[in-house]
Amino acid sequence: MPGTVANELDLTLPGGGGGAPPSSGAEGGGHGGRGGVPIPRRAYITGMTLGLGAILMFFMALTSSYIVRRGLGLDWKPFQLPRILWANTVILLASSVTLELARRQLSRGATEAFRSYWGLTTGLGLLFVGGQLYAWHQIRAAGVFISWNPSSSFFYVFTAAHGLHLLGGILALLYVGFRSWEKSRTTQPVATEVAGIYWHFLDGLWAFLLLLLSLGR
Amino acid sequence: MVSHAEGGHAHAAPTGFIRKYIFSLDHKVIGIQYFLLALFSVFLGMGLSILMRIHLVWPDVKLPFFHGQISPEQYLALLTMHGTIMVFMVLTTAPQSGFGNYFLPIQIGAADMAFPVLNMLSFWTTFVSLVVMVAAFFVEEGPPIGGWTAYPPLSALGKIAGPGQGAGQTLWVIGLAIFCGASLMGALNFITTTVDLRARGMSLMRMPLTVWAWLVTAVLGLLAFGVLLAACALLLLDRVAGTSFFIPSGLLVTDQIISNHAGGSPLLWQHLFWFFGHPEVYIAILPGMGVASHLLSTFSRKPVFGYRAMVYAMCGIGFLGFCVWGHHMFISGMSPYSAFAFSLLTMSIGVPSAIKTFNWLGTLWGGQIRFTTAMLFALGFVSLFVSGGLSGLFLAQPSIDLALHDTYFVVAHFHLIMGVAAIFGIFAATYFWFPKMFGKHLNETVGKVHFWLTFIGVYCIFMPMHFLGIAGHERRYADLTGVDYLGGATHSGLWTVQHFISIVAFITIGSQLLFLGNFIGSLWRGKHAEMNPWESTTLEWTIPGPPPHDNFNGVEQVVYRGAYEFAVPGEAKDFIMQNAVPEAVGKKTR
Amino acid sequence: MEKHKSRDAGSTSVAVALSVLLLAFTLITVYLFVVKPWWFPPSITKIGDLIDSQFSRTLWITGIVFVLAQLGLAWVVFRYRDTGKRASHSEGNTGMEVVWTLATVILFVGLGAYAEDAWAQVHFTPASANALQVEVTGQQFKWSFRFPGPDGKFGNYKSVETAMQERNRGDQSASPWQLDPKDANGKDDIVLGPGSVLAVPVNKEVEMLIRSQDVTHSFFVRELRLKQDAVPGMTIRMHFTATKVGKYEIACAELCGQSHYTMRSELLVMSEADFEQWLKTMAANQ
Repeated sequence: MPGTVANELDLTLPGGGGGAPPSSGAEGGGHGGRGGVPIPRRAYITGMTLGLGAILMFFMALTSSYIVRRGLGLDWKPFQLPRILWANTVILLASSVTLELARRQLSRGATEAFRSYWGLTTGLGLLFVGGQLYAWHQIRAAGVFISWNPSSSFFYVFTAAHGLHLLGGILALLYVGFRSWEKSRTTQPVATEVAGIYWHFLDGLWAFLLLLLSLGR
Repeated sequence: MVSHAEGGHAHAAPTGFIRKYIFSLDHKVIGIQYFLLALFSVFLGMGLSILMRIHLVWPDVKLPFFHGQISPEQYLALLTMHGTIMVFMVLTTAPQSGFGNYFLPIQIGAADMAFPVLNMLSFWTTFVSLVVMVAAFFVEEGPPIGGWTAYPPLSALGKIAGPGQGAGQTLWVIGLAIFCGASLMGALNFITTTVDLRARGMSLMRMPLTVWAWLVTAVLGLLAFGVLLAACALLLLDRVAGTSFFIPSGLLVTDQIISNHAGGSPLLWQHLFWFFGHPEVYIAILPGMGVASHLLSTFSRKPVFGYRAMVYAMCGIGFLGFCVWGHHMFISGMSPYSAFAFSLLTMSIGVPSAIKTFNWLGTLWGGQIRFTTAMLFALGFVSLFVSGGLSGLFLAQPSIDLALHDTYFVVAHFHLIMGVAAIFGIFAATYFWFPKMFGKHLNETVGKVHFWLTFIGVYCIFMPMHFLGIAGHERRYADLTGVDYLGGATHSGLWTVQHFISIVAFITIGSQLLFLGNFIGSLWRGKHAEMNPWESTTLEWTIPGPPPHDNFNGVEQVVYRGAYEFAVPGEAKDFIMQNAVPEAVGKKTR
Repeated sequence: MEKHKSRDAGSTSVAVALSVLLLAFTLITVYLFVVKPWWFPPSITKIGDLIDSQFSRTLWITGIVFVLAQLGLAWVVFRYRDTGKRASHSEGNTGMEVVWTLATVILFVGLGAYAEDAWAQVHFTPASANALQVEVTGQQFKWSFRFPGPDGKFGNYKSVETAMQERNRGDQSASPWQLDPKDANGKDDIVLGPGSVLAVPVNKEVEMLIRSQDVTHSFFVRELRLKQDAVPGMTIRMHFTATKVGKYEIACAELCGQSHYTMRSELLVMSEADFEQWLKTMAANQ
């Protein structure tokens, strides 16, 4: 943890326990030789949590639209969800497991093992996206297009929105797993932790969406 | 490349022009970029309103670019683009992304935003969004005419629903969706910065109220823009992919049966839009409240009256802002029972708003008011906030809304409260912080003339509009010459009111050129500004203007007191900087 | 030092100017709201009267708050202008905060609760069983109306499928907004096509079924103090009893396209006898 800044300290007047004299970050070379104030690990976690909040609002808006539109649904026509979705779900859940295994390797300093688990996670993510595309292909072959019925419209909207977020997650995995960390303001363990939070969130989100789609069918 | 960028602001300042001024990671440059984007947009938006006002009262006037007279669809396009550009590109952008970006990190003692790359992306995404929206002016079918609320089915049906509903409306939806993305990035950055990068000793209750306002605004943005993004995605699909989220069955449009859409709900859009739209109102006005509180204290040389109450009031306004969207939909066909709840919740927003007003007056009470231009605009803000807020109490009551909805009364209300009051907040901020941003003062004499003309002007424009609305004058009418009641026995004189408003509007908008001239002229040869010309207490006044690349030259800031220590008894000076070391601490050697 | 002097010199004149301006603006506003040079046209329903009295109740309360706040601002601006002295130190007063918070809660929320009566009468109380029904339909950019005729029942419209089939067979005028000839209830319906005016009897309850063929419109008659969006896909009921014979404008209040401003019709409130006569004439023209 690179942070030397204790932000929460409320220096009550006068002086309190924490009233350290201002120290110059420029002369203190403790931040890997960098001049500015480093970004604490906490900030990345905060940022990611807020990002998830925003994403959640986006999906909640879609979900409430789904429920409202379904409720109006004199014209609602169910269709068979492709079976492959369940396989995809298993793949995605597995990727969360491999991601955690990778992080465990990293904390042990086993860089090679980390890379292979991390690569496996990315691969499983890609496999999931491929599987989702195949599910689209299957229902299109059955004539179920996006404009076929609101039920299919929402299916495409949910899977596409989740898939796009997951593609972003795959890019993040590639970036975090295989970049160099020498010049960075943060460390690889922090980056993998943050990427992991995002990945698990998308995992849980998918489970929720699949449940919603199969129950609301 | 990205790793270099991420560490960028911690290193020495970039030297290349592009990295320094275009794709800069420095929050100060990005703040100015946002400000200039808003400045361009506000003049564009005012230009559109001039054309609207000309057309309303002199419909026969021939204008260039309009093939003669302005047609009804052109008028509605002006109206739509005026609203969209002003709400998103000016009121959302300037006070929050502009000044917030520039001063939030400095006021909390940080070297930059938490995520500089995200900050840069956020600005350039906003820029792309503006380009996409302005592009709607140049497409064949013309810009959209559905108003800034873009109610479907009108906005969802495409070309068949009339002029402006083709590519223009599609670009509008895409532009808005892009803007949502940009705002989400900005909001995330603002909150993280405030939560995690505060200097030592900068506890939450020592933050300047400006920082509190930006924080609450960012929370609203974070929760609201995702919902608008979802709504835009669904509307776009209705337009281009043949879905039926918002388009119901059995429509007959320009004598064609719409058989490929069925079962959608126009009200669904309204719920999603206003769930975003009402918080958006507070996104526009909250930063102004923060600036007003900050300036009233600074220039009356007194601490903010009831600092904690001010903070709680802002949080209360933010929270209630999410519970009242239905008051935009009293006559929409929504369940009349929910109107009851929405109405009472809306009335209760009056409570924190009243607390703010009382506390502003309490701050001034017993002060030594220095009438700088910045202070005049802050005082104007208070007056406008009261005037614009009180008319909200009429519209919050569903029974009165039956008569006033969609009339000029509403136009008067929201222009005063979220338009003009917010703009006064922006002006106050500009006159206040210009010396810090550019090391030079804006000309105070020109500034004061600008204030008087603007203050009198906006009241003369918007106060009479209430009467138009009470008399039953609908908004969004493209042509008034055929409207009976304007010249009828019971309503004679409304026509005169419209003329009066137009003429005052031209003068008021014209006087904004004073501001533009002052801005450019002062950049060039303004009076040199000292480090702390206003004898203010917050951290930005402890560093030179313009501030160095990483704000504090790498010196870690420590804060020992609240933001409004004015006229403290027993102190020699009448203001104490937030980072002034108390004697007891200074003596201690460690 | 010199800088401070010039600030003091400017202070009084600016303070006086701003105070006078705020005072003048407040007085002019109050004057206009008292004299009412532009105002509501007289209401022609009981509910309209209720709304008017709630409006003036609100006007009184907001007016008093408005005057106190603006004049208070004018006063502090003048009284506490910079005189080169030191400001008094105060960081707030919790007692006062509590008092004005409670006062505004009671004032504003109480006012809101008061307003619900008229709303309840419009929306919670259904129309009586013997109310005269009329269907009001908006389309770009005209209003049309339909009475159910002697049987008191509206006939169904053609289904979208039927209309499409007829169009495919060459009848380009077929539409899902034409009466279905197979529905007996529709035989005696009195249809007043796009651009018609609407007549209703005085002192008799009228229930409107508000609909739209294409985009969202809004039915608005100033003298009724009623406004209701006409939302495609929905049928929204609204009722009123007009108490004064006369001619009133029906306007569209929701932006519905380029000619929104032309979407107007007339509401004719007639004596019962005149109305019967009018309806007979209209029925004969079917």
